[in-house]
Amino acid sequence: MNKINSENVQAGRLVKAPENFLAPQDVQHVFKAPATARRDFLRKAFAAAGMAAAAPAMAQTSSAGDANILNLPEHSRGLGRPVANDGYGKPSTFEGNVQRRTSPGLTQTTQASVSFAPLQSLFGIVTPSGLHFERHHQGWWDIDPSKHRLMLNGSDEKIMRTPMVFTMDELMRLPSVSRFHFIECGANTGMEWGNVAVPTCQYTHGMLSCSEFTGVPLKLLLDRAGVDYKRARYVLAEGADGSSMTRTVPMELVESGEVIVAYGQNGEMLRPENGYPLRLVVPGVQGVSWVKYLRRIEVGDQPYGAKDESIHYVDLMPSGQHRQYTSTQECKSVVTTPSGGQLLMDKGFYNVSGLAWSGRGKVARVDVSVDGGRNWRKARQETPVLNKCLTRFNLDWVWDGKPALIQSRATDDTGYVQPDKRQLRAVRGTRSIYHNNAIQTWLVQENGEVKNVQIS
Amino acid sequence: MFRSLNSARNQAVVSLACLGALLSFNAFGDTSFSGIGRTATPQEVAAWDIDVRPDFKGLPAGQGSVAQGMVVWEGKCASCHGVFGESNQTFSPLVGGTTAQDIQSGHVQRLNDPAYPGRTTLMKASTLSTLWDYINRAMPWTEPKSLTTNEVYAVVAYLLNLGNIVPEDLVLSNSNMAQVQKLLPNRNGMTTDHGLWPGKLIGNGGKPDVKAVACMKDCNTDVAIKSSLPDFARNAHGNLAEQNRIVGAQHGVDTTLAPAATMAQARATADSSKPALPVVKTASAAAIALTKTYSCVACHGVDARIVGPSFKEIGKKYESRADAVTYLEGKIRAGGSGVWGDIPMPPQSLKGVEATAIAKWLIAGSPK
Repeated sequence: MNKINSENVQAGRLVKAPENFLAPQDVQHVFKAPATARRDFLRKAFAAAGMAAAAPAMAQTSSAGDANILNLPEHSRGLGRPVANDGYGKPSTFEGNVQRRTSPGLTQTTQASVSFAPLQSLFGIVTPSGLHFERHHQGWWDIDPSKHRLMLNGSDEKIMRTPMVFTMDELMRLPSVSRFHFIECGANTGMEWGNVAVPTCQYTHGMLSCSEFTGVPLKLLLDRAGVDYKRARYVLAEGADGSSMTRTVPMELVESGEVIVAYGQNGEMLRPENGYPLRLVVPGVQGVSWVKYLRRIEVGDQPYGAKDESIHYVDLMPSGQHRQYTSTQECKSVVTTPSGGQLLMDKGFYNVSGLAWSGRGKVARVDVSVDGGRNWRKARQETPVLNKCLTRFNLDWVWDGKPALIQSRATDDTGYVQPDKRQLRAVRGTRSIYHNNAIQTWLVQENGEVKNVQIS
Repeated sequence: MFRSLNSARNQAVVSLACLGALLSFNAFGDTSFSGIGRTATPQEVAAWDIDVRPDFKGLPAGQGSVAQGMVVWEGKCASCHGVFGESNQTFSPLVGGTTAQDIQSGHVQRLNDPAYPGRTTLMKASTLSTLWDYINRAMPWTEPKSLTTNEVYAVVAYLLNLGNIVPEDLVLSNSNMAQVQKLLPNRNGMTTDHGLWPGKLIGNGGKPDVKAVACMKDCNTDVAIKSSLPDFARNAHGNLAEQNRIVGAQHGVDTTLAPAATMAQARATADSSKPALPVVKTASAAAIALTKTYSCVACHGVDARIVGPSFKEIGKKYESRADAVTYLEGKIRAGGSGVWGDIPMPPQSLKGVEATAIAKWLIAGSPK
């Protein structure tokens, strides 16, 4: 009766679409005739409901099975909550343990600090925006987007033809791209260079998140302003917050079209903690370069030696020299389940699952060891496998109840193999803080507890 | 606005660049993007273009002496960084660890000593522009960009004097910054010989420094646990049972209890632990959260003095005043000095209702 075909749909006419939709006059028509029969139907329905209500009492006296099955729960016997009860939905209250957290004693203030994403509780590759790790240098703000501006200028008057200003309205009119990328703090796993310092993968690897970002390629804006690309080989990005964070980005990355001036994250606007309304997305490069609350882009012919390029985010080598302008996040992986602080409840089958990523391209393969790196098996890489993006891997494993040392090792499409701690320390020592991409080891103990350990 | 300044040659370069844009963005069709964006005025650029490069491009004219710097320092910097830059437990020390010999060599020797605790700012900084730029853009902590240009010069001069890098009578200015750069203890302490810069002009072009091989069988025969968390630190990050989902292949370990002897015992404990549900915030919890949000706790402990008095001391002192809440709310927002010691409390930028909530909590004796 409600079938839509070219005969009963006129051009441009709105069809009230929901299945079995009946207009009021149709309802009257349908229910006028069988009024008596309907009363019979209702009577039967009430009788059936009465029997259902009696069922739990019967179940209590029976030992026929699981009480959660035999005793119908309230949500099967009552009326639930209405639509739009909460204009912006929240996770189940039973998911209250899945939170970003700070690491006790790591920082002295809560404004120049970091919170870690709960990797041990996440699936797939996308980090829910509300669980995205945070790193603030002088606290976060919720900025009125109608008052936010992006300025482009040059370090001298010849390097950019026209210094420009854009409003958010204007930026959002421009052609946009949407891409999935990981963001990792350069100091992720920084506490673990010398020895085990923290218990779970939330704290060892949680300065890592992955989102779909939407925005305008920075190249498009620079082209519009007229940049002398021969001279302008460095880009300075600057934030609008108190610290007005600055970082130097190589023009090569901008020219590749990868660097995005982003306003969107996972289908909505960026969260305030992630730079609302505008942040720079610099795929493959450590998070500190993804400047939040982005207010200004300057192009220049020299790097800028910003605070986070001269005093922080410099990697101390055994020679006593600091490596400066280290930016790329090299290939890395971590098993997220089972992982430190978790409890295996029984022997038998487990799905070993984790994340792999590379700042130089795609993850080509991931190997997993359950015997501390003596022997390895190739893990299944789940789709999608994207450029400079998290990749999910899984491996079937039957735990025999004996101690096991679980590791993962990623290889990217440049052929680079994730090193173990011994190999990394042999070159960089233990004091560099930044860019620790060594293989992580989790010890599954006989009592089922999983511990963070280092085996070299 | 700079069009008139450009030579014909630069115009040609610009045209080429635009052609490049057409090629790379041809998927978007029309690339004129008319009506989007406008020319920035010189005043707008001046208002935001505050960066100073290592070659001192962007450095504004001005000057400040060590003596003037001391006044600014003690008023606006010492509460966090310590009177002598040694830090007041809030931030890492700025000064220390450098020697007269380092000023000669330009490379801080203590960076070679793994036993030396920590690295101060003056041990790391290789460019003077960086200190100037960051103090100018981000300091003081609660009032960034409030210092005048001359005050920034003065503070940089004072900081360098605290580190015995410049004499007490120095007047730092835009004309002698380059000379003072040559005294920085770690000016030669940086290397760009690495593969972690994704561009051509810095580093080795992206060549990795560690080369591992993906061995698959009988690889590492020397497997022994060299490091793990000691048992006393088991609960140092809170109860891990509450940091894992209540269902799933694995649950969290209840770290408030000693390790279980057997899996059966561990499972019994896990089964009995209750799911952690979000709790409705009490007025005290809300006030405590505000003291964290606004970093009050950086300077005040609940029971202990840090930089300022403890919350309980404050409550006790004012609880008998009839206007205690109003008085404290005003003090929190406006800041103050002289009541509890020499170090002033800076004004705090929080809402009136938030200050009132904290004030009420203080008067109530800072309950948990």
